[in-house]
Amino acid sequence: MATTMPATDDKPVIPLTARDFKGLVDPDWCAGCGDFGVLNALQRSCAELGLRPHEILTVSGIGCSSNLPGYFNSYGMHTLHGRSLAVATGAKLGNHRLHVIVTGGDGDGYGIGGNHFTHTARRNVDLTYVVMNNQIYGLTTGQISPTSTMGMKTKSTPFGSVEAPLNPITSAIMNGATFVARGFSGDVRHLTELMKQAIQHSGFSLIDIFSPCVTFNHDNSNAFFKERIKKLEDEGHDTNDWKTACEKAMLFGDTIYTGLFFQKQAPTLGGSEPVLEPDEPLGLQTLGLDKEQTKRIIERMM
Amino acid sequence: MAVGSFDFTIAIGGEAGQGIATPGDILARIFVRRGLHLNTYNAYQSIIRGGHIFLYLRVCDEEIYTHGDKLDILMCLNQDTMDRHLQLMRPGSWVLYNEDNIKPGEAGDGVQLCPLPVTKLSVTRNRLSQNTMAVGSAAHLLGLDFQVLEESLTLRFQRQGQAVIDENVSVARAGYDHSVANFEAFDQTVPTGPKPLAVWSGNEALAMGGAAAGVKFYAAYPMSPATGVLHWMAQNARNLGIMVRQVEDEIGVANMVIGAAHTGCRAMCATSGGGFALMTEAVGSAAMMEIPAVFIDVMRAGPSTGVPTKTEQGDLWQVLGASQGDFERFIVAPTTPVDCFNTMPELFNLTDKYQCPGIVVSDLLLSEGRFSIAPDLIDMHPHIDRGELITKGSSTDGYMRYKDTETGISPRALPGLEGYVHVVATDEHDENSQLLSDEFTNPHKRRKMVEKRARKFKVAIEDIKPPELEGPADAEITLIGWGSTYGVIREAVEILAQQGVAVNHLAIKWIVPFHGEAITEILSKSKRVVVVENSFSGQFYRYMRSETGLSVDGHIRKYDGEPFIPHHIVDGVKAHLAEKIECFVPYQEAIT
Ligand SMILES: Cc1ncc(C[n+]2csc(CCOP(=O)(O)OP(=O)(O)O)c2C)c(N)n1
Ligand code: SF4
Ligand SMILES: [Mg+2]
Repeated sequence: MATTMPATDDKPVIPLTARDFKGLVDPDWCAGCGDFGVLNALQRSCAELGLRPHEILTVSGIGCSSNLPGYFNSYGMHTLHGRSLAVATGAKLGNHRLHVIVTGGDGDGYGIGGNHFTHTARRNVDLTYVVMNNQIYGLTTGQISPTSTMGMKTKSTPFGSVEAPLNPITSAIMNGATFVARGFSGDVRHLTELMKQAIQHSGFSLIDIFSPCVTFNHDNSNAFFKERIKKLEDEGHDTNDWKTACEKAMLFGDTIYTGLFFQKQAPTLGGSEPVLEPDEPLGLQTLGLDKEQTKRIIERMM
Repeated sequence: MAVGSFDFTIAIGGEAGQGIATPGDILARIFVRRGLHLNTYNAYQSIIRGGHIFLYLRVCDEEIYTHGDKLDILMCLNQDTMDRHLQLMRPGSWVLYNEDNIKPGEAGDGVQLCPLPVTKLSVTRNRLSQNTMAVGSAAHLLGLDFQVLEESLTLRFQRQGQAVIDENVSVARAGYDHSVANFEAFDQTVPTGPKPLAVWSGNEALAMGGAAAGVKFYAAYPMSPATGVLHWMAQNARNLGIMVRQVEDEIGVANMVIGAAHTGCRAMCATSGGGFALMTEAVGSAAMMEIPAVFIDVMRAGPSTGVPTKTEQGDLWQVLGASQGDFERFIVAPTTPVDCFNTMPELFNLTDKYQCPGIVVSDLLLSEGRFSIAPDLIDMHPHIDRGELITKGSSTDGYMRYKDTETGISPRALPGLEGYVHVVATDEHDENSQLLSDEFTNPHKRRKMVEKRARKFKVAIEDIKPPELEGPADAEITLIGWGSTYGVIREAVEILAQQGVAVNHLAIKWIVPFHGEAITEILSKSKRVVVVENSFSGQFYRYMRSETGLSVDGHIRKYDGEPFIPHHIVDGVKAHLAEKIECFVPYQEAIT
């Protein structure tokens, strides 16, 4: 993100550690849930970037993964199922100094929230979107999600799913996202680096993260990914090349790529709005109109 | 009934695409610049070309609250208008039409048929010539100097350049001169009011009221009849420093507004019933997270896509039932355009104080009508009270966003402040925002939080003015209306008074909180009570009954898409006085 909070006073800033980003309560995720790795990586990346908890707003929807803001020490909004990106857009425009990090699940973001996903990417809102993609609805105890593979047996598809999954990476690229990456919760180090880049990117960044649900998705387990994952950066992938990025993102067989698929610089929504030119965020401005503004309004009506 | 000493209504009928708005605008400007009051209603359709559109412009030297009952000048831009409306013209009225392509019908006694030889008189082949020529003729019939019209045309076409101005002025002149030579003008001259008036629509009043209240964030998805709010906001966004966004759907709209509101913006959105249906889950989430935000529902005739360009008061139960669960929110139905304006800062102060959503219920009649307004009646600098909002400073150990206070109101800190870090949650949560589901779902905590939020509303009603009875105390009938029917009932009461029938009027603006006790007290003194509503099932009556236990003596209801005009209510009152009937449904003349 391009903007930073100005230092509130001249107290020396003591470097924070990942532990300082631990929230009020401990996660109630199942032991072994991939989301632990994601939370851990997010805490590390914020610490390593030197961010302070009050400068960050985490916004989530509903799902196991969407519980993350409660486990993370920052301002947070635990909003409705599927609505995190819309709420986050409003919050980012309301206070463009905040680092707004959106966290959620595959169902939340690509299913019920799919419309917002498309349009938030297109608008290039300066947000970091962290999706814990476990290819299942965890919180509702195991039904297919938009990223579940064909044939997958779940409680809602006891005879196997006959629907093709959505590809978050190619979708995001096609929709105009300017930073599109994939991570794996089992590789916290790699994920931390991706998150740091995403947070620093100016514009809409997506990190779709394989974050296995150990309780309800036995097809796409930690072991499944460990065997298959290759890192794009190890192969000298060109992150300007959206076509190759899409080709590589579509592989979901013996090889599955993680890393940064695509990045470009483009004007952000907030950056394109003259209304945000004053330094003071909209939400902190003094309310009320001045005489000149009032005069112009009334003149138009005469 | 004539309200002032000069009370005149012009109607223009034609099909979409025939340019009805322009002559309407030109005439409206002339009148308000003279300081005359204006009330317009546009009966239109959801169509870009074709169909039938009918615009009323009522002008008066005194304040008027409805577009009224009678027509003085009818401008027919097509045959359809002639065929539908001629029989409704009263003696002493005029019917203007293009004789090249419109055949006159059988006019009643005293109705002047005024054919305009448009092709013969026109200097151009512009198909809009007939409109301008009719305006020229109308100006003469009203006894206006041509110069007044010329000025108005110049202003109207300024942006299109001198050639367009000249063309219109010469066509209007031809109409004016033809009229002078052939038609008998109105025997009254158009008066001049004390000072020029401005024009606005109810939607513009809502938008301006929001801006005056300090709105910094507006989002919308276009939907008639609420789109006017978006257009005003978009037009003024940069002048006023308001972030205005058109969003992918109303779900996104409502949630974006809540996000912006959480960072401290006064934030609002407007839609119609269908869009509001999509917003409802978010309304409840604002209540649960205790984030103030304002949602406007401009009602159109429903259900479903319904009748997109027609009016109705059919969304009351929708807004009452919007979102699952028990929660606190304000619901208010402004009664007039200036009330639309004033309601916004009032509601924002309340939603900030009580940290909850507020819903404004308007309708097509009020929102899309265009009305005169004296600029000095618009208070662009209203009192702003943000309630217990922490916007500065740092730390204080152990800040709890949802602290269980005596009033139920917990001081609200904005994100970005040091030392106040907290999460807001749509899940039920404890004082410190921790989700109840994070431990065992503690029934005592749940009860405590439900009661904390509810406690806020124990006193909210004291911040709201109770409704007042207008008219004689010993009336035969008390009429109750809510929201936009204020104006038409008011005029009907005056007409009835002139006819020797004493009626009084209780207009309801605040739906939640509801002044049930005050209303019960007022109605206990009424001889007979009749509820007037623009809906089939009497939604307001059923709500009032549920809140007060009161039953009433009768109803006047209309649900054909067109608004009440005064004589509908006058007829209804007389019908109720004549015999015991349950519900009077006025006959809608074939005006549209
Ligand atoms: C409007 C609405 N519909 C349905 C639900 C129930 N619901 C809660 S979470 C969820 C799916 C969660 O899946 P995902 O986003 O993938 O999160 P996960 O639990 O897998 O991390 C559903 C359907 C809801 N809370 N709200
Ligand atoms: S159900 Fe699955 S996603 Fe949810 S916490 Fe357990 S392992 Fe994680
Ligand atoms: Mg999931």
